[in-house]
Amino acid sequence: MLIKTILIANRGEIALRVIRACREMGIKTIAVFSDADKDSLHVKYADDAVNIGPALSRKSYLNIDNIIAAANKTKADAIHPGYGFLSENTGFAKACSDNNIIFIGPSAQSIAKAGDKSAARQTLSDLGIPIIPGSDNIVSSSDLACDIAARVGYPVILKAAGGGGGRGMRIARNKDELVTAFSIASGEAGVAFGNPDIYLEKYIEKPRHIEIQILGDNFGNYIHLGERECSIQLRYQKLIEESPSSFVDETFRAKLGKTAIKIAKSIGYTNAGTMEFLVDKNKNFYFMEVNARIQVEHPVTELVTGVDIVRQQILIASGQMLAIKQEDIRLNGWSMECRINATDPRDNFMPSPGQIESIIFPGGPGIRIDTHIHDKYMVTPFYDSLIGKLIVWAENRPTAINRMKRALSEFEIKGIETTIGFYQKVFENDDFQKGNIDTHFLERMK
Amino acid sequence: MGEKTYTITSPVMGTFYRSTAPGEKFLVEEGQKINASDIVCMIESMKIFTELRSEQSGVVKKILVENEDPVMKNQPLIEIEPN
Repeated sequence: MLIKTILIANRGEIALRVIRACREMGIKTIAVFSDADKDSLHVKYADDAVNIGPALSRKSYLNIDNIIAAANKTKADAIHPGYGFLSENTGFAKACSDNNIIFIGPSAQSIAKAGDKSAARQTLSDLGIPIIPGSDNIVSSSDLACDIAARVGYPVILKAAGGGGGRGMRIARNKDELVTAFSIASGEAGVAFGNPDIYLEKYIEKPRHIEIQILGDNFGNYIHLGERECSIQLRYQKLIEESPSSFVDETFRAKLGKTAIKIAKSIGYTNAGTMEFLVDKNKNFYFMEVNARIQVEHPVTELVTGVDIVRQQILIASGQMLAIKQEDIRLNGWSMECRINATDPRDNFMPSPGQIESIIFPGGPGIRIDTHIHDKYMVTPFYDSLIGKLIVWAENRPTAINRMKRALSEFEIKGIETTIGFYQKVFENDDFQKGNIDTHFLERMK
Repeated sequence: MGEKTYTITSPVMGTFYRSTAPGEKFLVEEGQKINASDIVCMIESMKIFTELRSEQSGVVKKILVENEDPVMKNQPLIEIEPN
């Protein structure tokens, strides 16, 4: 194996996820941590750990120089960026290659192409892939945003060029809203991704968000691992994901999968990635964006395909050829994920940082929990509100729903507010149970 | 804080910002007249920005926290003298 030591440039549950894959593969792990995270589990589980700065992200987890220095000091062969932070930062991917460190993800050029909406839109429309009308480039000012919005028609949505997860994302229904939204979205994007760039799209009402997971090796081989249904969102942030989608049959899956691979090939994309689509009720689909990284919701795909995506990322980055063929991929059973967030559903999902007093985790058949929290853990206000993921697998969707309800009822976190109780209500909802969902489902349910 | 002062407090533990984005000009200064529903500051917690608006029109009497300082839930941030 080419890679012997991996530095994980992240924190929280995803740092643990990567460390776990490495340990199972016999790869040495290096954690990095801010002052706020010195007692975190990822520091404890890694073979070695380096402090990379103060609590504020831009001084630690977004600090490229400090992370590269940590990798050089510990002689890491490779860096896994996780999601968020620097995972889609071309400067970081380039800094890795400049220092002869393997970046576990697509090349800096592919990230740039995936993020360059202008070039991507041109390429994709040439390939006949449907896209949503919007700005062909980064929108440099709110005046320009207003001009483009007037052309494509309101409502419009502003999105961060630097990453996803709802950060730097705002909808505007008229010119006044757009002026304010532009400034706020840009500020949020800067804090979350170290990149304040914003682009603008026409906003399609009541769509489903369906995405395709792909894997591509360095030899031009591509497979897709089916879809994830991610329509259960609030403030453009996914809360519940599942695979497969009850809206997608085999023909439609094959069509989406083929399109996703076509997009990946067009930008020379390698490693794991996700192509996000908006799908309307007539199964018209529009390509939204490439997520050039591992995603929060990757476990639901792992549970129905049996593919360890993080392990595949490491194998691909170390120069191995994909050993899995498309015909090997079957979606077996049903998997659902609830993102456990430290937010208060009874107070408009306001962040709820604070100290956890005690936790009781659910268990039993078909349960997977990816989390970094434990009794007495301090949830600080410096980072994302995601404190864990509860994932279930079952033979079919109704059984998966019952299993999730059972698991949620066992899950107890004392000391801070979380989304657990809210999910219990979602899973009781008749429309949710029937799969009658779109990206505005939760707004209507509240 | 006299009876006539109205105080804006932080709804959540986080970081206090005086502008909508780093590097932009501050939303309000002491002595400035404001209208009800004007945005006066931002709180960032867990990467989410919350804009805080004044519920009353008046004059900004005192800004109690430095830009980018950490704040606790319910901590007083800005005193307004309503008119």
